[in-house]
Amino acid sequence: MMNSAIEAVDLVVHRGRRDVLRTVSATVPAGSVVGLLGPSGSGKTTLMRAVVGVQRITSGTLTVLGLPAGHPRLRSRIGYVSQTPSVYDDLTIRQNLTYFGRIVGAPAADVDRVLDEVDLREEQRALVRDLSGGQQNRVSLAAALLGSPELLVLDEPTVGLDPVLRRDLWDLFRVLASRGTTLLVSSHVMDEAQRCDRILLLRDGALLADVTPAELLESTGTSDADDAFLALVGSAR
Amino acid sequence: MNVGLTLATTGRVLTQVRHDPRTIGLLILVPSLLLGLMAWIFTDTPVFGVVGPALLALFPFIAMFLVTSITMLRERRSGTLERLMTLPLGRVDLLLGYTLAFGALAIVQALVAVGFAVWVCGLTVAGDAWLLVLVALVDALLGTTLGLMASAFARSEFQVVQFLPALVFPQVLLGGIFVPRDRMPDVLNAISDWLPLSHAIEALQTVSTDATGTGTVLRETVIVAAFAVAAIVLGAVTLRRTTP
Repeated sequence: MMNSAIEAVDLVVHRGRRDVLRTVSATVPAGSVVGLLGPSGSGKTTLMRAVVGVQRITSGTLTVLGLPAGHPRLRSRIGYVSQTPSVYDDLTIRQNLTYFGRIVGAPAADVDRVLDEVDLREEQRALVRDLSGGQQNRVSLAAALLGSPELLVLDEPTVGLDPVLRRDLWDLFRVLASRGTTLLVSSHVMDEAQRCDRILLLRDGALLADVTPAELLESTGTSDADDAFLALVGSAR
Repeated sequence: MNVGLTLATTGRVLTQVRHDPRTIGLLILVPSLLLGLMAWIFTDTPVFGVVGPALLALFPFIAMFLVTSITMLRERRSGTLERLMTLPLGRVDLLLGYTLAFGALAIVQALVAVGFAVWVCGLTVAGDAWLLVLVALVDALLGTTLGLMASAFARSEFQVVQFLPALVFPQVLLGGIFVPRDRMPDVLNAISDWLPLSHAIEALQTVSTDATGTGTVLRETVIVAAFAVAAIVLGAVTLRRTTP
């Protein structure tokens, strides 16, 4: 039995001359929801892209589901949602999901399942370009849920969503985790941190904290996640 | 390579095109309109008989180059390519999927253009007319595969469009439309031997003038096809799963 879904040891990523990640060591326990927080430009997206195997690693090791990141056998086991909705805007929701479903080898019934999970069944015949930004994000998320991957890497999946939808999505993330899926979710919204099992706090490419939400509040002597974040990021300066 | 994934990609690309009827209309009708214009300009001269077949090589090539390079660039910029690179889809599956989809469109385009040139514009064809369709199709596939490759070197739609004068116009100038290739300066003649469009134009001109030239036509067509295959291979090499 694998205990950690993701394990980074002294991970370094340079992009051009910039050190985007500087010796990051962290673990994401299997079956948990881990929040990846940090100011913009802190390296969250680069870390996530490295995990899904599209970012070249400069040094260090990154093990995902027991294999080195980027291994071909991982491609059907990880679902990735990038920050901007990466679906075809000149296809309908259903056509997008049918295509991505065939690519990952998901059973045909999966399309209906994920449509229900992101609550887009009614709109399934609409072209993606005619949808709102929040709906497009959910189509992108639905595509990543096809084939029930063991690990979901979600880059700011709740941006542009109203509070009700955001709550519904976090409920969905908890359901997925309870079925054994591991989720790595980046976010700017600090109150979402409270809903994670653990929080990884990045700043300037370095890991500032790897804590539970309660520990975060306790160690900073604050009562809400926004203040804790400001306290931690501030104290490291 | 996986046939199922390739065909799924072909189906997806064709569905995207189907949602854009204006592009289909332009792809299918514009070559015929231009051929008609050319025939009209050169009424009562023998010029159309010489230039007409060459145009049948140019239009599918240019049209497919543009459509494919921009479609592929959109795939890169929208993030869907990055998503596909995280999924169990081979790079060759993706490129072949695209080539098959635009190849299917090219068949329709070539049938319409050749039919229009022969029956409406009165283009005389000494050899088999179906050879014109075959060469136009292979030529369109070359445009598609070069377009796929060009999109790897472009960051924006603007740059992709600039590849047209850079990659395509020299081939047009050296292809033997304006001056027969054997009457060019030796250096230019030698260069034109290595340009795929020269062979496509040669094939089409042979079909229209030489009833016994089928062997030459097929040989030239194979050369064009070889360039297309090389472009796919290069395209697969330049298509990276990871970014630095």
